[in-house]
Amino acid sequence: MEEKIYTISVYSENNIGLLNRISAIFLKRHINLESFSTSESEIPNVFRFVIVVNIATDKVHKIVQQIEKQIDVIKAYYHTDEETIFQENALYKVKSISLFEERQIQNIIKSSHATIVTVSPEFFVIEKTGFRAETEQLRKDLAPYGLLQFVRSGRISVTKAKMGISDILNTFKK
Amino acid sequence: MKTKVKREKLKATGSKLRISGAEAVIRCLLAEEIKLIYGYPGGAIMPIYDEIYKFQDQLHHVLTRHEQGATHAAQGFARTSGKVGVAIATSGPGATNLVTGIADAQIDSTPMVCITGQVASHLLGSDAFQETDIIGISTPVTKWNYQITKANEIPEIMAKAFYIARSGRPGPVLIDITKDAQFELFDFSYEKCTGIRSYQPYPKLINESLSEAVRLIGESKKPFVIWGQGVILGQAEKEFKDFIEKSGIPAAWTILGLSALPTAHPSNRGMVGMHGNYATNLLTNECDLLIAVGMRFDDRVTGDLKTYAKQAKVIHLELDPAEVNKNVKADVTLLCDCKISLQALTNKISTKKYPMWIKRFDDLDTIEKEKVIHGDLNPTKPGLTMGESIEMINKHSDGDAIIVTDVGQHQMVACRYAKFNQSKSNVTSGGLGTMGFALPAAIGAKMGAPNREVVAVIGDGGFQMTIQELGTIFQQQVAVKIVILNNDFLGMVRQWQQLFFDNRYASTEMTNPDFVAIAKGYYIEADRVDNRQHLDQAVAKMMASDKPYFLEICVEKEGNVFPMIPTGASVSDIRLE
Repeated sequence: MEEKIYTISVYSENNIGLLNRISAIFLKRHINLESFSTSESEIPNVFRFVIVVNIATDKVHKIVQQIEKQIDVIKAYYHTDEETIFQENALYKVKSISLFEERQIQNIIKSSHATIVTVSPEFFVIEKTGFRAETEQLRKDLAPYGLLQFVRSGRISVTKAKMGISDILNTFKK
Repeated sequence: MKTKVKREKLKATGSKLRISGAEAVIRCLLAEEIKLIYGYPGGAIMPIYDEIYKFQDQLHHVLTRHEQGATHAAQGFARTSGKVGVAIATSGPGATNLVTGIADAQIDSTPMVCITGQVASHLLGSDAFQETDIIGISTPVTKWNYQITKANEIPEIMAKAFYIARSGRPGPVLIDITKDAQFELFDFSYEKCTGIRSYQPYPKLINESLSEAVRLIGESKKPFVIWGQGVILGQAEKEFKDFIEKSGIPAAWTILGLSALPTAHPSNRGMVGMHGNYATNLLTNECDLLIAVGMRFDDRVTGDLKTYAKQAKVIHLELDPAEVNKNVKADVTLLCDCKISLQALTNKISTKKYPMWIKRFDDLDTIEKEKVIHGDLNPTKPGLTMGESIEMINKHSDGDAIIVTDVGQHQMVACRYAKFNQSKSNVTSGGLGTMGFALPAAIGAKMGAPNREVVAVIGDGGFQMTIQELGTIFQQQVAVKIVILNNDFLGMVRQWQQLFFDNRYASTEMTNPDFVAIAKGYYIEADRVDNRQHLDQAVAKMMASDKPYFLEICVEKEGNVFPMIPTGASVSDIRLE
């Protein structure tokens, strides 16, 4: 079956060890993750994992079943790119001297809609939020001027459809 | 000299008592009605052992000879009693020695709670003496695990542990408790866990699915049922029998489903899978409706999935949502406790008979009897067979014994030929295939069903993996019957080497010790038999004993187990020789 990018969203309790439990599900099946991020969700004390994988549809379905089986997981979903709004975030650290000596850098920053986060005598830091292709393009554009550091976050995403976690938690309260 | 320390009995739930974490652990066990635990002491668990000493009049601790033995004994106890088994060990090697039993309990859905000691919380991560990350190690093989570093966490976590282990699809839970949390004093009160918001163990039956299943059953001309351990775990033996009898559908079992329906029941057509019966395997690929009850389509059951029951509609009665469409796609899923779904189905279907379809089973059974079973059970050439040994146990047990098996040829033969009249009588390591399982599991099996006869049937290889548990049997005087089917080979691997590796017997021949002398060394009455004339008498003597008893049966060295579906082949490619 054809492989495809899926975003897996996991709503869970905030317990030590759950990260290990979820990553073990991928490890057991020899699946590499494209990206992984975790944060609080819209519901107090409920955490949300956003995991990006490139796998076949039947596989992602089974993996989500296994994730949902974990005791501390409230609900897990998977979505295609079309079903989600997603972004990544990247930071680029460049020598300050090139900002003044290389005019072109200023044009690159402007045209990429990136923001300058900080400027010091030695270096400055640019931040760019967008799709993978956009942050990647900026990295390529800045590379000739000497990138001191580059880092990109995992994907964060929200779905176009309703998640209904609050409904699930409310059912339990009753 | 023993000094008994009297402890005040646990007051009504909710009342507070200032006690140590270690004492709290024991009080939690008592509140969960645990009267028996298996374990092995050591440094990081000593505060809890000190409380075990003080509570010995209420909680019986069985000292096994290895922590692996404690887990298998707890499993055996759980399997015959239907209750949660408890195993306890110290940190480091004590904890890692539990892992095989935990993995076995996970894949065979056995309710078990393991408690491990851990180094003091300020030492966590410092590579302290006997420190190991048992939470990390056990994560992939537990239903749930948790590390306690504060005494006041103990009641809630222990309550959760037992609730999770026994509810829904049962499984093992590990609770790791740091030594300082065991010493710490706190105000104890206990409340049983009745629900966890992120865990819904009992999905509700969907009526539309039920109607669709009833329709498929009504339309079917050649229906076939395969049942698994779900029938036993769901305590649905009666509901299953009612369903089978009203529907008239022939049924076969997976290895862990064995004994849920009596062997002699006319609709019980035998075992499916790699060493299952001829008819049941072949007709899996002829039926027009396959009803799977509480089973998970393991690869040893299905063989090649691409050619498995493709002609049939599939109805899957299952409790665990993660098993739905995992290996075999179901046309209808009844995601629910099978005790409920079976009863609902029985109420809605009409009484039917399938004489032509049943005749197909009878005809194929006749072929298997002629080509395999007759030679196994009534051999004429010298050298005892495993089959006739099991048949002799049947003769003297009348099918009332619990049979505990290890892993390998003897296991397949015992499951094929052992007769069972009642449920929870077959205890074996099915999913994980853990050699060394049977001897300690038999200890737990007997303690879980003290009024029943327990016969452990073990190969000479697996026996030597946990042979030290003879010490536990002796010390506790557990009246189990231990039968070693000795062929001086790792028989199943040797069979594969013969069939698939051109007779290259790589490291499968065993030079064995004098097993009878070893058993006698543990003061267990022991006997050996190596010929047909004395087999009956030897087994009769064993079964008549009311003490632990050891019998070595020397069987033919290179016997094979048939029928057989080679790995990865279709169930239709089952071989009779």
